[in-house]
Amino acid sequence: MTASETSASNGITEDIRSFIGIESDPVTYEIERHAVERFACAVGDPNPLYTDEIAARKSSYGGLIAPPTFVRSLLPGAYPKPYPEPFAHILDGGSEYRFHEPVRVGDRITVTRKIIDIFQKQGRLGTMLFRVSVISYVNQLGQVAASQTTTTITYGTGEKDLGIDGH
Amino acid sequence: MTVIDPGIGTPTLWFEDVVAGDELSELVKHPDTRQLVMYAGAAQDFVPIHYDLNVAQAAGHPTVIVHGALKSAWLAELIAGWMGPTGRLVELDVSYRAIDFPGGSATCFGKVTETRVEKGIGLVELEIGVRNPEGVVTTPGRALVALPIKASF
Repeated sequence: MTASETSASNGITEDIRSFIGIESDPVTYEIERHAVERFACAVGDPNPLYTDEIAARKSSYGGLIAPPTFVRSLLPGAYPKPYPEPFAHILDGGSEYRFHEPVRVGDRITVTRKIIDIFQKQGRLGTMLFRVSVISYVNQLGQVAASQTTTTITYGTGEKDLGIDGH
Repeated sequence: MTVIDPGIGTPTLWFEDVVAGDELSELVKHPDTRQLVMYAGAAQDFVPIHYDLNVAQAAGHPTVIVHGALKSAWLAELIAGWMGPTGRLVELDVSYRAIDFPGGSATCFGKVTETRVEKGIGLVELEIGVRNPEGVVTTPGRALVALPIKASF
């Protein structure tokens, strides 16, 4: 089943369906040493490759790198038009990461997010809207350092508590 | 004088030393609300269900909930600790099936399911996950890692 067939059979609005295939504005981040440190510290990950410059320099990487899922902190930009979120609550369904090149301290990473599918399902929380996006992280050499396919689930009515949906 | 650090420069795990059925040493995390706030800041994830008790309870939870992405980060830590600095994480798939809460434990586990060589690269498939204090796997996943091959060194 193609993405559009899935969507068409699930009763989502034309307005929402029009976001399938849409891409966010690219945003470029410089990978700062302290941002990497803060991330590793928050996770509680003591790996010296992320924080110990001397140890990292002696490693096969030749310098400090970021933890694999650090790319999560590099939020994608806005879509060309505002996404008409119909539900109030948000859940993270999961992620599929592909890592091609290490993200190094000092890299400049350009982040783009593309919505590849939107569909509705009935579940334990009632009607749930699934939005599947691929986020690509491209370094200053033009290499795709990593990609993340992420599933965002929204559901329920009432006061919205979606926060900043950069993921 | 150059000090050789064997812990970071030389392979600690070779492809040849891994067989299907091998289990990774478990990584046990004890998330608290402080860690969730630290992660929210570090990851720029400000969805309030992770730090605002009223929001979490209005959504039907007893308390604030652990970020799924934090569990992914722990699984990456688990794998890096096992494979050492010369292994490479290639793929990481994580599914958030159930919610974890601060104040409990989150046990990260992994097991080798397959080994193969592709284009001279030693690849290892792992089944991974996070288990809650009740023993329920809240967060199943899989990973693919590349390990150095002795014969190629």
